[in-house]
Amino acid sequence: MSVVTVQLGQCGNQVGHELFDLTCSDARGGQRRLYGSASCERFFHQTAHGGMSYSGCVFCLYGTTAYLFLSFCWSELVARAILVDMEPKVINQCICRASRSGMWRYGDTSYFSQKQGSGNNWANGFCVLGPRHRDEVEELVRREVERCDRLAGLMAIMSVAGGTGSGVGTYVTRCLRDIFPKSFILNHLTWPYGTGEVIVQNYNSVLTLAHLYQLSDAILVHENDTVHRICSQLLNIKHISFSDVNRVIAHQLGSVLQPTLTADSDGVYGRNPIGELVSALTCHPEYKLLSVSTIPQMPSSSIAYSTFSWPGLLKHLRQMLISNSKMEEGIDWQVQLPGASGRTRSLIAPSFNTSLANLLILRGKDVYSAETGGFEDPALYTSWLSSEEAFNMWKSPVPFNKYEKSATLVSNSQALLRPLDNMVGKAWNMFASRAYIHQYIKFGISEEDFLDSFTSLEQVISSYSQLS
Amino acid sequence: MTQSVVVQVGQCGNQVGCRFWDLALREHAHVNKKGVYDEALSSFFRNDLWNEDRGGVKEQCNIRAGLIIAYLNPQAVLVDMEEGVVNEILQGPLREVFDSTQLLTDVSGSGNNWAVGHMTYGSAYREQIVDKLRKAAEHCDCLQCFFLIHSMGGGTGSGLGTRVLGLLEEEFPEVCRIVTSIYPSAEDDVITSPYNSILAMRELTEHADCVLPVENQSLVDIVNKIKQMSHIGKPGSVIKTDSSVISGQGGLSGAEKPFDAMNNIVANLLLNITSSARFEGSLNMDLNEIAMNLVPFPRLHYLVPSLTPLYTLADVSVPTRRLDQMFSDAFSKDHQLIRADPKHSLYLACALMVRGNVQVSDLRRNIERLKPSLPFVSWNQEGWKTGLCSVPPVGHSHSLLALANNTCVKPTFIELRERFTKLYRKKAHLHHYLHVDGMEQEFFSEAVSSLDSLIEEYNQLDATKGRLVPDAPRLDIAR
Repeated sequence: MSVVTVQLGQCGNQVGHELFDLTCSDARGGQRRLYGSASCERFFHQTAHGGMSYSGCVFCLYGTTAYLFLSFCWSELVARAILVDMEPKVINQCICRASRSGMWRYGDTSYFSQKQGSGNNWANGFCVLGPRHRDEVEELVRREVERCDRLAGLMAIMSVAGGTGSGVGTYVTRCLRDIFPKSFILNHLTWPYGTGEVIVQNYNSVLTLAHLYQLSDAILVHENDTVHRICSQLLNIKHISFSDVNRVIAHQLGSVLQPTLTADSDGVYGRNPIGELVSALTCHPEYKLLSVSTIPQMPSSSIAYSTFSWPGLLKHLRQMLISNSKMEEGIDWQVQLPGASGRTRSLIAPSFNTSLANLLILRGKDVYSAETGGFEDPALYTSWLSSEEAFNMWKSPVPFNKYEKSATLVSNSQALLRPLDNMVGKAWNMFASRAYIHQYIKFGISEEDFLDSFTSLEQVISSYSQLS
Repeated sequence: MTQSVVVQVGQCGNQVGCRFWDLALREHAHVNKKGVYDEALSSFFRNDLWNEDRGGVKEQCNIRAGLIIAYLNPQAVLVDMEEGVVNEILQGPLREVFDSTQLLTDVSGSGNNWAVGHMTYGSAYREQIVDKLRKAAEHCDCLQCFFLIHSMGGGTGSGLGTRVLGLLEEEFPEVCRIVTSIYPSAEDDVITSPYNSILAMRELTEHADCVLPVENQSLVDIVNKIKQMSHIGKPGSVIKTDSSVISGQGGLSGAEKPFDAMNNIVANLLLNITSSARFEGSLNMDLNEIAMNLVPFPRLHYLVPSLTPLYTLADVSVPTRRLDQMFSDAFSKDHQLIRADPKHSLYLACALMVRGNVQVSDLRRNIERLKPSLPFVSWNQEGWKTGLCSVPPVGHSHSLLALANNTCVKPTFIELRERFTKLYRKKAHLHHYLHVDGMEQEFFSEAVSSLDSLIEEYNQLDATKGRLVPDAPRLDIAR
């Protein structure tokens, strides 16, 4: 089953491009035919060259016959994606770079752009530009969905700080929900640096999250601050560019979405990744925010010299979850779970991160020998879900993106509570002085809309705080 | 790709505008080696295949990228009420570039009288001005912004310029209006400049989306600083003369004229503001984003510009001035284009537009480093808007333009008001204004009260500086 991706705004398009690049090269690595074809089917459709029939080309992917045959009827991988932006520069760049890679490309007509951007104004994106271009974007999505044999779900990739990704992205998500009421919709959001990329980013973020909470099935979040620290401290990159940041995000997102064997998939690669993600993690409508951590993350030059063991990786990952540290460095080992006898928190020990549900994804060698009991401890979870329901695991014997073993944890927990609270706090402070509000009112968002959004998010914050 | 139209009014406006077009051509020639009309050029120039002045090919041109450049025609409207400056342009090296339909001139000038510029000429030429603006706008696929360049102290730039601003708001309400205003220095030789400036200020506060105030005295100081550096001649501090922000070398014009150095600075300012809209980068910043992020309240739209670096060293064996130094300089009072010290006043918002080979980590590191020393208003503690454009300006490997919405404009306005009061108290020269048809004494009092209320708004924000303002209490949700 296939996933159709909508890339929105500059960030969405740049991240999406890295994601497709990664999944394409991961799918084509050696010794992984079934994995490769499952991955290709999920993210790409194939166009035949010359007189080759579609079935002929599928055969050659499965077959073991010489690469000569493979190259002779090589069919092109075309991403199942739609690129949307209100100005043309980024889309042009993405399409060019994809074509130049020679391995995959975007569809010739699968993009929509305008001349002038959204001006970092959520109201402009949501109230003016979204509705204005609704029909064209919907048409593009419909065409892409029709090319899928079966639709596994829709994924929208965007940022929350700007105007297009956040404003137009939210509007497009609403349209998707209207056209495909029974499909799964996953939103991948990039949260901006705390010290600001856009001055009105907190307003845009609040409005986006409040609206998406009603529309989306699951909201997967990456924070620029965290990813930046991964780049500098774990990957040792001296001059970090946005491409580096985007590649880390793509790596983590790819490790969630590439094919795996799940409990329901009966020994073959699962065909319903988004559905299973949603049912595993977002069982309650009040709790939809998901965070991702992947280990190991290290410079690619060091990978060859490192050995990994599942016990070591899983132990670190578990402590990362408990102490709410998003990366492998600087984990606070002092944070402990409360004893099984009492659920009262000690006043001295630092509080730990309570989870609603966790999804552990293991990829690589000897994955069946990994011992994951540590994640099934009921003390990790809130009291109203049993740990059997709260913990899920997916496995894949194929190493992912050059790491011999890697583990990813997708967590519905309090991990994003503090960043969310900060974001709402700053937005509220700014709102109290009514700064910039005239810019939003100009395009049709009123003060009541702001208050409604604030109310929804305070509710979300309260729900997550009550998990512990 | 969006287009912008430049409207230059008055002697100062046209001289600055002339330098702008020269430097813009130089920059595009530097970047665009193949001579193909591309998207970046289309933001300021049309590829004109049909021009009756030049007997060009008689086919209506389409602004399609990819065509070889035939005649580049700037998207500009030049207005002046005396012919001297415009004639000079038309006889100079830029004569090939402008088209007679873009010009509007008269003979006698405005006599340094705002009322003559605004009322007399404003009414007389209203139709023609609107017509020329419409024509310029029609040639644009997607018009995003009008840049108005004028001075505040004279008659045409100040009076007619602000009338044009009002017309832009009337006819094109959705297009952003960014005004570059040259404010007079204290030792200005035009006696009535305080009157003209105050009368113009009111129009700017009410009709402009953003104003970039520039003071002559700051420009003079910067020019002197660069000239001093180039005369020291110490090894290791010899600067590349064609790379400084005041140089016009490599452009079309030959010998440098007296105000050219200062005008080049303002021209560079305009080039840098539009760089991210024209060229690609990893974090684009469009012109409408500037107004959105830097203007928290509609009237407080005065953005103090500062440009760094001012020059690059000629000696390549000397390590290039560190990137961090560039960021520090942007906040020092020597680099601001008005006489102000932003570090000691309150920041409402700040935008950093970086050009060249700078990565997001460098940007973040410098913001972290400088933030503690810069006082920001309580509700916008992290009020930074950043943009990264990959194409550096000619002669530099990277550059930074900082636009600050800062209460340090207040002293400039207060000083202007004092100079005004000195004259107004004695009613000096007032009769020249009141004799003009349509001009009344109320204009003066209204203009002053508009400026007073603006100063008061800045005062109120300043009062919060340094005070620990408690966070607003959050909404309480029923559990």
